[in-house]
Amino acid sequence: MAAATDLNPYQGPPVGETAFAKVTNNIARIAETPRPPRAWYIAIAISSTLALAFFGSIGWVFWDGIGAWGNMIPVAWGWPIVNFVFWVGIGHAGTLISAILFLFRQDWRTAINRFAEAMTIFAVICAGIFPGIHIGRPWLPYWMFPIPNQMQMWPQFRSPLEWDVFAVGTYFTVSLLFWYMGMIPDLGTLRDRAVKPIRRFLYGLLAIGWRGSSRQWHRYERAYLLLAALATPLVLSVHSVVSFDMATSQLPGWHTTVFPPYFVAGAIYGGFAMVVVLAVPARQFFGLKHLITMWHVENMAKIMLVTGSLVGYSYLMEFWTAWYSHDHFESFTFYNRAFGTYAWACWTMITCNAFVPQMFWFKKVRRNLPLVFIGGVLANVGMWFERFIIIDTSLSRDFLPTSWGYFLPTPIDYLTLAGSFGLFFTLFLLFCRYLPIVAMAEVKGVHPSAHVHTHEERS
Amino acid sequence: MSDTKKEAGKAVTEAPLHGLLAEYETPTALVEAAKRVRDAGFKKWDTYSPFPVHGIDPAMGIKPTILPWIVLVAGLIGCGGGLLLQWWTNTYDYKWLISGKPFFSIPANIPITFEMTILFSAVTTLFAMLILNGLPRHHHPLDLKKRFARVTDDRFFLMVEAVDPKFDESDTRELLEETKPVVLDEVLEDRVTSDKLPRGLVYALVVISVAALVPFGLIARARASTMRKTRIHIIPDMDSQTEYKAQRMLDFFPDDRAMRPQIPGTIAVGQLDADDHLYRGKVNGAWALTFPKQVPATEATMKRGQQRFGIYCTPCHGVAGNGDGMVAKRATALAQGTWVPPANLNQDYLRVMPVGQLFNTITRGIRNMPAYGPQIPPKDRWAIVMYMRALQRSHKATINDVPAAERGSLK
Repeated sequence: MAAATDLNPYQGPPVGETAFAKVTNNIARIAETPRPPRAWYIAIAISSTLALAFFGSIGWVFWDGIGAWGNMIPVAWGWPIVNFVFWVGIGHAGTLISAILFLFRQDWRTAINRFAEAMTIFAVICAGIFPGIHIGRPWLPYWMFPIPNQMQMWPQFRSPLEWDVFAVGTYFTVSLLFWYMGMIPDLGTLRDRAVKPIRRFLYGLLAIGWRGSSRQWHRYERAYLLLAALATPLVLSVHSVVSFDMATSQLPGWHTTVFPPYFVAGAIYGGFAMVVVLAVPARQFFGLKHLITMWHVENMAKIMLVTGSLVGYSYLMEFWTAWYSHDHFESFTFYNRAFGTYAWACWTMITCNAFVPQMFWFKKVRRNLPLVFIGGVLANVGMWFERFIIIDTSLSRDFLPTSWGYFLPTPIDYLTLAGSFGLFFTLFLLFCRYLPIVAMAEVKGVHPSAHVHTHEERS
Repeated sequence: MSDTKKEAGKAVTEAPLHGLLAEYETPTALVEAAKRVRDAGFKKWDTYSPFPVHGIDPAMGIKPTILPWIVLVAGLIGCGGGLLLQWWTNTYDYKWLISGKPFFSIPANIPITFEMTILFSAVTTLFAMLILNGLPRHHHPLDLKKRFARVTDDRFFLMVEAVDPKFDESDTRELLEETKPVVLDEVLEDRVTSDKLPRGLVYALVVISVAALVPFGLIARARASTMRKTRIHIIPDMDSQTEYKAQRMLDFFPDDRAMRPQIPGTIAVGQLDADDHLYRGKVNGAWALTFPKQVPATEATMKRGQQRFGIYCTPCHGVAGNGDGMVAKRATALAQGTWVPPANLNQDYLRVMPVGQLFNTITRGIRNMPAYGPQIPPKDRWAIVMYMRALQRSHKATINDVPAAERGSLK
């Protein structure tokens, strides 16, 4: 309809003589439209307001001190660390889609891997801010790094918090490199189609002269495989190291060896939920239905089902272990989680993470976009509550009853959490506007038209 | 070489031929063409595609790259570097004792070592790939061919360079025509695009380079000079406090010390201990002959004295006060020559010694006996003295001293 395409230039069938040209036009027009539709402006206005609120609340905390949040004794790790683990977890799905599904030769990943990787970068940015601002003396975070200094002191490398610095730093760097490397051929596409000089210059600068030479593709492919193979153990190790923040302590409910796989499964679950939450509207709004098909949505729902069930199994094992151990403190911790002061949060978590994804057993539900979207949102809610339950219930009810205390968040806590979403979505909307949001070269590479028919020798 | 040929549409200078460019619509056509060119023995040629074409590597005779080996070396450096970092900082340079754990333990150091391995490998993967590929390369003769812009869209190209030994303008052209390209074109060396940096960029770079030297200059000047002003301290952090600390100098006092000793005669609250009798065992300057009024002569006091004597005195003086406690026996057996035997409390001179003096001996010690004043409160010390008197009396007691009612149980 003419009216619809006036409002949203991304709608309408992709044009092109060949299948490859259709893919190029479908994606490139998103970055090339001079003015995106009004909805984009509204969305970015909201998200940047929230992002400003984020930085404002951080500034307030710097000025006023950590007490501006609800952090107190005994719950000294309140929402900031919950948010940190939450965001790092979300980032893991992007690497899984890029690296692990690549190693498993799942060609369907090519439609979603680019913006999943972008989601990873932005989620890790949001995550990495929290450890830096929650340290009480935020002008000293350089103490976490092994920089020679006049005190002749070094960080303590036995500490999981120090491991975090290296793990999250490595994860961010590797994800950024992987994301950029994947974008080089597509930036070349945008460069070659760009008409305005500034665009041409900037895309050209980023595309570093990529011209699609097969000799270069050969090394590029090897590099891609190497990065995928490196990123796979990396993503498993990063969230394991984050879980060590809790697992290496002695608190009941924290001190358990199930944490690394439990956290990783939860991270993948939450991350895929975020991919779904982004992909379902994006494919509609940006006209990507031919690339991100119902098959993709179904696959993502299936992965959510698997990982959600794993998370549910982990909950079961935690409760069972607490009972089987007959350890007074461990048993109480889990009894308290299910029936104590935080029971409302605990049951929200179990419902959203273990029960809600069970609806994806049914094909009708998997192919129902509103339900899949709602499932994704609930999964994110559930994953946030899981981090909250783990961190705050164990702290608020530990060994000595006289040390107990109930954690209450302050308005600054709410603002910081909401603001982090604002930062995330602002970066994501900017990414959609200016960068290739689907990996065009990879999609073309797995298209049937790319198949080479050989007559003489097998390739 | 086609120096003599003039390209229509090109400007003043004659540009030499860079190569011949063939365009194809399908990857299959490209692969077939590549095989022909490979078999013809060309070395300086390449194919171009919007995505990596399956089978193009053997079709072109591309050898596997050494990139994986470079990455392996980088990974090993990262691994070793991570271990070295942790060992050197926590075990060698500043030995850090954490809960009595060993200075270096590999399990604790694995996470960071692992991450460093991945980090070094990944960074090397990208940058080695770019370097091996000769990227960034912002300038290429192919950029002048408008049709070549479709290489990142949906077309496939093959170019044989003129510098190849087997290149011949007409023969190579004929070979390429046989592969049925959509378009076969000449690519000329670029004599059109200026290879000078834009003026504005040059000026900006010069300005930035000069400006970048300013901080170093300021640092050099600061290192070479002294300052009278206090340094800028952005976050006070209670770092410099105006009060005088214990070891600081202060010329206000004659001995130049900020820390002042106690004024003689200073007594802490509650420690006046004015009662000479109770605290020092003296009455009017002489040893007390009686017990202070705070220590009643009751069964309770005696029992307390017995218990305290058993705790503090029996190790040396023995249970009966004869100087034969376990410590004394052991010391005598060791015969080191340094032992002064504990007194036998039942000796005559101690039986007549005033209780105040006995109290003083317990409080201040005597010969090898340490002062028990700090350990035993005053009333307890008096109770011990009372018990001592009971021991001394029992040493020279007769049956007539025992109450009549209990004489039967002794016989």
